[in-house]
Amino acid sequence: MSFFFEVLIGGLLSGVMYALVAIGFVLIYKASGVFNFAQGAMVFFAALTCVGIMDKFGLSLWLAIPATMVAMIILGLAIERVVLRPLVNQPEIALFMATIGLAFFIEGLAQLLWGSQVHKLDLPIEDVPLQYLLDNFNIIVSQFDVIAAAICGVMVIVLALLFAKTKVGRALRAVADDHQAALAVGIPLQRIWAVLWAVAGLVAMVAGLLWGARNGVQFALTFIALKALPVLILGGFTSVPGAIVGGLIIGASEKLAEVYIGPLVGGGIEGWFPYVLALLFLLVRPEGLFGEKIIRRI
Amino acid sequence: MFYREAGQFKTSYEADGQILPIRQDRIALFVTLAVALLALPLISSPYMLSAILIPFLIFALAALGLNILTGYAGQLSLGTAAFMAVGAFASYNFVARIPGIPVLLAFVLGGLCAAMVGIAFGLPSLRIRGFYLAASTLATQFFVVWCLTKIPWLTGHSSSGVITAQKMEILGYAFDTPERKYVLVLGVVAFMALLAKNMLRSNVGRSWMAVRDMDVAAEVIGFRLMRTKLLAFAVSSFYCGVAGALYAFAYLGTVEPEAYNLDLSFRILFMIIIGGVGSILGSFLGAAFIVLLPVFLNILAHGLALPTSVASNLELMTFGALIIFFLIVEPHGLARLWQIGKEKLRLWPFPH
Repeated sequence: MSFFFEVLIGGLLSGVMYALVAIGFVLIYKASGVFNFAQGAMVFFAALTCVGIMDKFGLSLWLAIPATMVAMIILGLAIERVVLRPLVNQPEIALFMATIGLAFFIEGLAQLLWGSQVHKLDLPIEDVPLQYLLDNFNIIVSQFDVIAAAICGVMVIVLALLFAKTKVGRALRAVADDHQAALAVGIPLQRIWAVLWAVAGLVAMVAGLLWGARNGVQFALTFIALKALPVLILGGFTSVPGAIVGGLIIGASEKLAEVYIGPLVGGGIEGWFPYVLALLFLLVRPEGLFGEKIIRRI
Repeated sequence: MFYREAGQFKTSYEADGQILPIRQDRIALFVTLAVALLALPLISSPYMLSAILIPFLIFALAALGLNILTGYAGQLSLGTAAFMAVGAFASYNFVARIPGIPVLLAFVLGGLCAAMVGIAFGLPSLRIRGFYLAASTLATQFFVVWCLTKIPWLTGHSSSGVITAQKMEILGYAFDTPERKYVLVLGVVAFMALLAKNMLRSNVGRSWMAVRDMDVAAEVIGFRLMRTKLLAFAVSSFYCGVAGALYAFAYLGTVEPEAYNLDLSFRILFMIIIGGVGSILGSFLGAAFIVLLPVFLNILAHGLALPTSVASNLELMTFGALIIFFLIVEPHGLARLWQIGKEKLRLWPFPH
């Protein structure tokens, strides 16, 4: 039984990390209707930039992180200015394809700047089992995962407060509801988008650092975006709580499926299981768990 | 002056309804086909044929398949390579398990298998649309490739999952040299492109476009959504399946399931974006562009003596930047540029 809980908790904790990437998606989708496929590339870019700065200039982690923050904000602003602004009012599909192009561009740029070899990223968090749980329940849970999940939790609370309490947050929600109405009451749409992309860049950075510390900073980080997609489908594209709940469900079910169903069918089902799960769920509830009900008129 | 339909009268319904109503277009098409069939195999080197022309034609066919689904029926898909994989591995199995089966029939059967998989994974499109569908087509991509790697029966029990496509032989005539393979591929692609053109002009194509433009309205005026959407998935997957079979048999020869990965799906998506979404000509132009661009960039990188890693990253960046550039500047792709060129020619030498 303790093995079951170990797998479950491990899954839930990695689910929190998926949720973090998914939140980056949700932020942008909510306020601009852009399905940002480049989120994974941004995660990769952030992690590689941080490691690259440390390697090339010999800076410590605490100096590299602010420098990466600046880089991510600049990247976010540049994306808004160069890619999105000319595409305002284009069909959603065109915007989506533009972000696929963007993902390729960012991946190429990151490796061009910092090289494509695998880097190691050491965060000052130790990857050891939590002693308390090991002693009392005989469950191995990595301390790193717990702290990473806590960081994600703090991030979500900060984002929720930002949305609910600040002026920028109100403007963001207004833009999300109706671009034109928001413009009409004097909300600077493009400045809001710029803020949004910068925030998405920062969320990507947190995700990149945590994932990079765990699995090494390498090209495979871009595939996290693919992990975040079923999370989004399950949770609904427009809901931050949806992204979290979806992340937890996907993370837990994926690990459990791999451990308990995997051996029966030859293993490696982690790659597609979340998708099939999300797909089956969509057949029952097409807008996802917390998504807005889509009402279509002619 | 040279491109003008003045003086070409249509005196029958057949003449009015033909595929290319302007004589210059017909002549241009026949000249292109004649050059492609007679001149190119003679003047091209084997490298040119097997590394550029054959993949170009195969990708054009796959792009055509995706274009039917995305450009004409409006269902975004990121799982194109999976359908190609189904076509390829099914064709391989038909040839391996049924002795004496004609290879073209095996391609058709492989395409039909892909169509069935397409229908199965197209079912969700009845309830979900847009991005939700795009994300769920990724399920096809990962699931199919996983099946092919994990089920040894599908790959003929080869230990590594790699299959070697059989020799292509039709009525005792072996298509084994680059020239012969090229001619075979050209024949298949030209025939299927003609078929697609006619399908898109018929009520099938019109129902797809109605669903694309607004599916609720299409349903209200009497199109059966389920039938239309699933038919689009089936036909599109059939095209992709045949393209995948050709990819294995005529281009790669030896192929593993991983060859049909997400990257290939994206490349085909790029082809239809750059070539033109909702255009048959666009599928060909886009395929040519995406096949030739890396070759061109390689030559350029070689000329500038760049290291390989830099060159490959520059290639990624160029692809990405081009996609964004096309979406911003010319969302209808190269096909639209061609159309604009033709309109200008009609008015030439007067601007109005």
